[in-house]
Amino acid sequence: MPTLAPPPPETRVGYDLDAVRAKFPAGSITTQEGAPWPTWIVRREILVDLARELRDNPATRLDLFVDLFGVDYPDRAERFEVVYNLYSLPFHARLFLKVAVREDDAVVPSLVKIWKGVDWFERELYDMFGLHVEGHPHLRRILCHEGFQGHPLRKDYDAARRWILTEDKIYKPHFDLPDGEDDLFERMTINIGPSHPAMHGTFRLMAVLDGETIIASDIEIGYLHRCFEKMAETHNWQQVIPYTDRLNYCSAFINNVGYCKTVEKMLGVEAPPKAVWARTILSEFSRIMDHCVCNGTTLVDAGALTNFWYMFQIREEIYGLLESVCGARLTVSACRIGGLIQNLPPDFEARCRTLLTMIPPFIKDVEDLVDKNRIWLDRSVGIASITGAEAVNWGWTGPCLRASGVAYDVRKAYPYDLYDTVEWEVPVLYGGDVYDRYRIRMLEIRQSLSIIRQLLDRGMPEGPHIVDDPHVALPSKDACYNQMEAMIYHFKLIMDGIQVPAGEAYTMVEGANGELGFYAISDGTGKPYRLHCRPPCFPIFSTFPQLINGGSLSDSIVSLGGLNVIAGELER
Amino acid sequence: MNKMFGESWVTTTFETLEDWAQRNSFWPFPFGTACCAIEFMGTVSSHYDVSRFGSEVVRFSPRQSDVLLVAGTINDKMAPVLKKIYDQMAEPRWVISMGACACSGGFYRSYHVMQGIDEIIPVDVYVPGCPPTPEGLIYGILQLKEKVVRDRKKLAARSAQGRPEKETTGAHAGSATA
Ligand code: SF4
Repeated sequence: MPTLAPPPPETRVGYDLDAVRAKFPAGSITTQEGAPWPTWIVRREILVDLARELRDNPATRLDLFVDLFGVDYPDRAERFEVVYNLYSLPFHARLFLKVAVREDDAVVPSLVKIWKGVDWFERELYDMFGLHVEGHPHLRRILCHEGFQGHPLRKDYDAARRWILTEDKIYKPHFDLPDGEDDLFERMTINIGPSHPAMHGTFRLMAVLDGETIIASDIEIGYLHRCFEKMAETHNWQQVIPYTDRLNYCSAFINNVGYCKTVEKMLGVEAPPKAVWARTILSEFSRIMDHCVCNGTTLVDAGALTNFWYMFQIREEIYGLLESVCGARLTVSACRIGGLIQNLPPDFEARCRTLLTMIPPFIKDVEDLVDKNRIWLDRSVGIASITGAEAVNWGWTGPCLRASGVAYDVRKAYPYDLYDTVEWEVPVLYGGDVYDRYRIRMLEIRQSLSIIRQLLDRGMPEGPHIVDDPHVALPSKDACYNQMEAMIYHFKLIMDGIQVPAGEAYTMVEGANGELGFYAISDGTGKPYRLHCRPPCFPIFSTFPQLINGGSLSDSIVSLGGLNVIAGELER
Repeated sequence: MNKMFGESWVTTTFETLEDWAQRNSFWPFPFGTACCAIEFMGTVSSHYDVSRFGSEVVRFSPRQSDVLLVAGTINDKMAPVLKKIYDQMAEPRWVISMGACACSGGFYRSYHVMQGIDEIIPVDVYVPGCPPTPEGLIYGILQLKEKVVRDRKKLAARSAQGRPEKETTGAHAGSATA
């Protein structure tokens, strides 16, 4: 079996990790050899100072907090490992930090003062692993309910052990009320959701109102926590693909691609040109689809229902294409490790071209209806705005970040598939408000269409749709019935699954709402030892109370849609 | 009136009328949580247009709706919410469980997912699929239509057997003329 690919070279001039390293005592930082990305193993005592230094030092400027998750190794003396994933926007460089802690001393310091976006990730760490996060302002469960006992992602927790939530345990909101508030006369606390159309069915917002103005708010999530990460540990590598569909179910195909690329990297295989070509096209169609739902529902929340029908019609047409490729409309599972599920249909290109002519009129209709519409402008311009620097500190990525003036797009920063062979731009807007978040999606749809058009003009590459490697891809049915060897391979792949060599990998793709990453750890047993998904909307949604505090209640409803929070991915 | 038409005539007509109205105009409460809710949105939008079957008046208040359409995974944290909403709905009420998750937990055999909503509320129609196609959902709604009629016939037969005839007809005739 091939070994893991070497870490990609870091590019920008002036980026110097040693400048930071020299400031800390020798031995407190060690570089992990053979890691997929530059990785430091760090002693817990220096973590907070190191993090601050990494963020502020002009030689590193790791300002974007991407991800945090835990891993449980019951056999090690230091049982838990916490992994931090940082990115430097100025230098375009990435660094992973790892901290190991013992079970009898399961404490890590909180980094909330350095990156605000770390807040929910640390709560998740506590919820899933039972690690105490020292200095966290309100450490409590986030995904599991209050009646839950134990910490499900620990290896000794049975994947199917459930606990019943009784009504007396349901979470009572906690508000940080501003000081000096003495106007108690008009104050009122309201609860919206989780089953409320404005909360998209799964979020719960509790707000203290002074008249129409929200003075404090609290949100509660976890109403769709489906245990993706634990499920991945109990299935083999191919069986995880359908689970990834259901993360961001508005653009399921992109999740497939992200996951398959991670496993391909660990295996050292590469998808054939035809699969890469189709993956790029279908990813872009999925992005269009996702943006359509997002903008459609945002406009519905503001009362503009017609656009929703227009936008959904685009989706319906794209469903037709996906159905012809794999048979499913929404949850496609169309990727396989090493390629695609099956060969593309003969009319694939023709269908794509039809879509290319069909989509722009719908987009134009919507733009004509709302772009200069007085009501929509009044409801959206300057509402729930956030500056680029703030958004970066909160860990935003994707269209929402680009609407605040930061041009970070994984497709440009770390080009994958065919994105570096076509001409396209990253649209950037500077308002950072609801309106710009709507506009940027419209602009991105145009870019996606242009990418697809260029790829279609290039023509479909010849060749197979999946790698020709019997350890990875199922042999053809014909071969299975007629050749002994193919039948054995088929049997082995179905019964045992793909054997991924021990190691780790992190790859990311640009999901429809930000950087979608998968961190996979394999111990060579045929199942993922740990699979962590970096959900783009998780840090974005954690900003929500800050975005709406001080605004009116009706504005909070309008601002939720544009963040494109997809519960399946938020809570996994 | 009784003299002109006879008691039974009034009774039957009212029931038929009610039947006809009820089965052709469901007001669903879409309890949509996950991927299935997106397919539900597909079903109500212009392409599949569920208003052809009289079920397009979605109401987000349990008091205004008569069909609870559970679309998506229900986990243990959501369970009390679902139960409360079901309890708040007025009789007669029906439940459609859309998708593998709502029917049985789907492929999430896990620590936080309810293994089918029938753990806590009764279900009338199960629509399989992950997610069901819009055609599948529409078929489920049509099945519910039939079930409504069937159930009412059974109910009528039972009450006719169980209680003295005069009283029953009297009650129905009364409500019909009111
Ligand atoms: S049945 Fe399938 S599509 Fe529906 S909510 Fe469950 S996982 Fe999603």
